[in-house]
Amino acid sequence: MELFRIKNDIPFMSYGRLTTSISLVTFLLAIVFLATRGLNFGVDFTGGTVMEVNYPQTANLETIRKAVDSIGLKEATVQNFGSSHDVLIRLPVKPGASVSQLSEQVKAALVQADSTAEVRRVESVGAQVGDELYENGGLALFFVCVGIVLYLWLRFEWRFAVAAIIANMHDVVIILGFFAFFQWEFNLTVLAAILAVLGYSVNESVVVFDRVRENFRKMRKASVVQVIDNAITRTMSRTIITHTMTQTMVGSMLLFGGEVLHNFALALTIGILFGIYSSVLVACPIAMWLGVNRANLIGDIEKKEADKKEVVEVIS
Amino acid sequence: MNRYPMWKNIFVAIMILIGLIYTIPNFFGESPAVQVTPSKSSTKLDPALLGQVEAIFKQEKIAYDGIYLDLRGVKARFANTDTQIKAKDVLQANLGKDYTVALNLLSRSPEWLHNLGAKPMYLGLDLRGGVHFMLQVDMKAALDKAAERFVGDFRIALRKERISYLGVTREGQSVQIRFSTAGELLKARTVISKDFPNLTLKETTEGTDQVLTASLNVLEQKRIQDFALKQNIQTLHNRINELGVAEPIIQQQGSDRVVVQLPGVQDTAKAKEILGRTATLEIRLVDEEKTDVATLEKAEKGQAPLGDEAYKTRDGRTILVKKNVVLTGDYITDAGPGVNSQSGQSVVNVTLDGRGARVFQQVTRENVGKRMAILLIEKGSTEVITAPVINEEIGGGRVQISGMANTQEATDISLLLRAGALAAPMDIIEERTVGPSMGQDNITRGVHSTLWGFAAIAVMMMVYYMAFGVVSVAALAINLLLLVAILSMLQATLTLPGLAAIALALGMAIDANVLINERVREELRNGNTPQASIHAGYERAFDTILDSNVTTLIAGLALFMFGTGPIKGFAVVHVLGILTSMFSAVLVSRAFVNLMYGYRRKVNKLSIGQIFKA
Repeated sequence: MELFRIKNDIPFMSYGRLTTSISLVTFLLAIVFLATRGLNFGVDFTGGTVMEVNYPQTANLETIRKAVDSIGLKEATVQNFGSSHDVLIRLPVKPGASVSQLSEQVKAALVQADSTAEVRRVESVGAQVGDELYENGGLALFFVCVGIVLYLWLRFEWRFAVAAIIANMHDVVIILGFFAFFQWEFNLTVLAAILAVLGYSVNESVVVFDRVRENFRKMRKASVVQVIDNAITRTMSRTIITHTMTQTMVGSMLLFGGEVLHNFALALTIGILFGIYSSVLVACPIAMWLGVNRANLIGDIEKKEADKKEVVEVIS
Repeated sequence: MNRYPMWKNIFVAIMILIGLIYTIPNFFGESPAVQVTPSKSSTKLDPALLGQVEAIFKQEKIAYDGIYLDLRGVKARFANTDTQIKAKDVLQANLGKDYTVALNLLSRSPEWLHNLGAKPMYLGLDLRGGVHFMLQVDMKAALDKAAERFVGDFRIALRKERISYLGVTREGQSVQIRFSTAGELLKARTVISKDFPNLTLKETTEGTDQVLTASLNVLEQKRIQDFALKQNIQTLHNRINELGVAEPIIQQQGSDRVVVQLPGVQDTAKAKEILGRTATLEIRLVDEEKTDVATLEKAEKGQAPLGDEAYKTRDGRTILVKKNVVLTGDYITDAGPGVNSQSGQSVVNVTLDGRGARVFQQVTRENVGKRMAILLIEKGSTEVITAPVINEEIGGGRVQISGMANTQEATDISLLLRAGALAAPMDIIEERTVGPSMGQDNITRGVHSTLWGFAAIAVMMMVYYMAFGVVSVAALAINLLLLVAILSMLQATLTLPGLAAIALALGMAIDANVLINERVREELRNGNTPQASIHAGYERAFDTILDSNVTTLIAGLALFMFGTGPIKGFAVVHVLGILTSMFSAVLVSRAFVNLMYGYRRKVNKLSIGQIFKA
């Protein structure tokens, strides 16, 4: 079987303006959602308590609410999740009460209201722990970006490094935008998914860049645009098949992974879908506009002037 | 050109074999077991314990499936939980207080695997159920307490040198000594800087008083904090031993935090109570001059005489003790129940460290015939555990406290003395509890995600790439095998995010094989011979695979460095998955392809799916 039978190179670069404008619009939308709605941070970040309670029969949310109210926790939210037997209770950080006391109080109140209640999971995080997570999460993101830029700079060229990181950071912002728009809970595993997807999407750019470099060596007469178009066309089959395979695995997680892995798989899905697009159709035009050419990639000085002219033509 | 040298084939085969051996233990499941360990972490494990446990089982006719001795203690497996619980009770009754008997789960894998060191993966709390706590040590309190101790030390030192002072007080974390003349201050300064070199001294004048302020320097502060943390971890170890948890993890995290993980513990309230007990010990002198009924009654109403404090003893009587602290629990290195060889009475034997011994000797010399109160301060309330009479000057730091009603009381008090003292109070700042059924569900979820995803990928790869697809799937399976083997070997903690990372690693690792297969197809399309296409395809794809894996590796390392708890688990698996995928996608799949095509005389066509001609 073979899905991709492309005889001629697809002129991707001539769509460069279109593809990057689409990206710019989604990017700006994501920023708007992030700014207006903000992220719905989980207890990992905000501090507070989450309890997952299971009942053998359909859970009566009203009784549970009353039970939680009875110990003076008016700000608690009680909702079903997964099935009608499972209830998720969220409690914000209460000043003066330690996280451990709080969960024991709630547990006692629940069992008193209905002795069949089984507390399946408790997560209590003090406010100070949450604050550190912001910092560490930011540091991790920063470290990944710097690491990737440095590596691509060493292996290729600064223009590629900058293009790849812009394209992939834009994926990250779009994932965050989705989480802001739908108000999905943003927890630690989502952060892990975002960093993993960042590393993965950069692969995409690397594969195309590798081909671009190789083409510059082989296609001595071709223009920069032709070289890039050919590189994208030739790697397209691999790009789509790989992403399909990875998405299959992630889809399986979405299906079987349960509540804990749900948002993790969701973040990966968005990351993979946008990653295909941006790491190729955004990274390449940016690299081109930054002036990637044969000379600065494989150090052929003679060709430098001629190539520059071609680049200028393409842009105008 | 598509043949591996013999050593390379053998190398691949050996790696697969090792992978198999270390993966197998994960399939045997676990059976109920008990674990016997010495109660005190200081006690050396006696190899004779194995025989002792076996003898007890034989005597009580308890059938066990396997028994062995390891570094921590004796472990025995049973057919069912009933026998397990019976065995626990029997062992506890026969072995007594010196050993902790805990319920546990042990792998059912055969003996020879165990002897090879092949163990199943170490499951995290979210997969096996249990409690995770993060405790924050109150370092300010530790420093305050250290400063408080210097107040007493200074008084003794100054008195010894016959330097007259007006008063010694603690101000935050520094100590102020007031003198009436500058001459006395100068003398005191020499003495203090000689005896306590780790203090920063400053002189000021307040009104007519000459004030010498001593504060802890940075080095000393750090030493006190390190010590407080170590002491607290030790105390937690002792307390958790009381709980009888099979494989507790007590770890330092950062400079002022402790992580405690108790697998299998469901009674979180009890665990919290035991961990959160913020008991501290103080030894003070009883004010023997004010024992008359009137003063005591007044003291009970909250009007204790100046310099004294009134506390209740364990039997409810009021006793007046001096405010001045002779020693704190920090100086106690060990305490245990015993019997006085002359009187036959139950006693508690206490061992003090060097500095404690010196102070104790001096105080007992000066106060023979008087009583000394041992106070337990717990959650803001203070209780006098015992107030023995000082019979003689006690040197050498070995103290015997008599007057215990029975052995039980002696044991209780020594436990309080030994394990009761925390160098600084701690707060639980994070708690994660996972019920046992939830843990099992999480395993099922993780395993199902991985297996169904793998199956779907396998089908698609085989349909799309034919024989090369089969090779890719085989390589992916070996990737999974090696990853599980390495995780089992390292005994790294596997969490649910870790399981997700295994799935994701497979989903990403297939990229390398897709790259190779596409490249081989392209070489064929360009009109190369099948053999040359295989060679060139693998060769050219390798650079790309390397580059793309390095970027993924960078992300994994960042996660590892900045992640905590479950995220670290994800990162470890993610990084290991990248490394094993490099090996399996490139070396192993090539070995298979070589075996398939490399030894044929003539290859006309590769089974890699349809190739259209450009």
